[in-house]
Amino acid sequence: MTANTHTSKREEIHEPRHTKEAKALFGFWVYIMSDALLFGSIFATYAVLQGNTFGGPSAGDLFSMPFVLLETLILLASSFTYGLASLYAHHHSAKRTVLIWLLVTFLLGVTFIAMEVSEFVKLFQEGNSWQKSGFLTAFFTLVGTHGLHVTAGLIWMGGLFVQIWRRGLTVTTIGKVSTLGLFWHFLDIVWIFIFTFVYLMGAI
Amino acid sequence: MSTNDFKIVDEVYEAGNKAMRSYVTGFVLSVILTLIPYFIVVNHLFGSSSLMYAVVIFGLLQLVVQVVFFLHLHRKSRPHWNLVVFIFTLVIVFILVLGSLWVMNNLNYNMIDASPVNTNEGYIPQ
Repeated sequence: MTANTHTSKREEIHEPRHTKEAKALFGFWVYIMSDALLFGSIFATYAVLQGNTFGGPSAGDLFSMPFVLLETLILLASSFTYGLASLYAHHHSAKRTVLIWLLVTFLLGVTFIAMEVSEFVKLFQEGNSWQKSGFLTAFFTLVGTHGLHVTAGLIWMGGLFVQIWRRGLTVTTIGKVSTLGLFWHFLDIVWIFIFTFVYLMGAI
Repeated sequence: MSTNDFKIVDEVYEAGNKAMRSYVTGFVLSVILTLIPYFIVVNHLFGSSSLMYAVVIFGLLQLVVQVVFFLHLHRKSRPHWNLVVFIFTLVIVFILVLGSLWVMNNLNYNMIDASPVNTNEGYIPQ
């Protein structure tokens, strides 16, 4: 192998300036930002309807804080393990390690969703569904939309896992690792805001 | 392999180590920035309004940590345009959320102001 091919490969992976993957990544970033606008409007709705409990429970009465803290730490950890998968894909081309970290991220994500669903079921069984008050409608819309995004991310991650497993780490699959990475870290950021504005502020 | 090849391989590993440091730092900071607001809220260490401010500040710090150490916004292929879209989004979300709160609070304030007449059990002054 000559130095030249090494350099061009390296440039493709680390500075993909004019490649198809770079354009896709930028386009996906624009999508993420439009998604941020969607979450921004749902957050605004929640902020406005937060106090409209219609005689029912408010945010402070409903949630178990240690449970929410555990959810948050699991999602933060999944963001970190995804970072490791991305790192090994970009810098070391270590397929096995990438697959292991993707699997760990996937399992953490599934745990997060399972916890969220169990919280929803519990609220529903206690009679606090989205029909009870404006506050609960806004709560289920906000947290549910985030949960749907995470579920979509998990399905995508499963697809990516199979693709890397079968085709290996190519310029295309590494590009996809970057794209899903943007999505996954973005969902982590949205959750941080939910944790802060819904759960922590509700508990004050 | 020439020495040049080794240099390039070293650079790739160096970049990998740098990315590793970035993820680990980001993870540790984000856990700390989650635990601190959690404990001050659960133990009610301050009064309500200072808790509110503290929690918002920790949330914003967390945003900065995530964007810098996980999203690597500054290292992406088109940093300039990425940043322009990002700032545009922040401005719109800011206007949307604060604007909604401002308008709706104003509305509530005016409703409360008119309430002595409205709550008078159906009595409508002629």
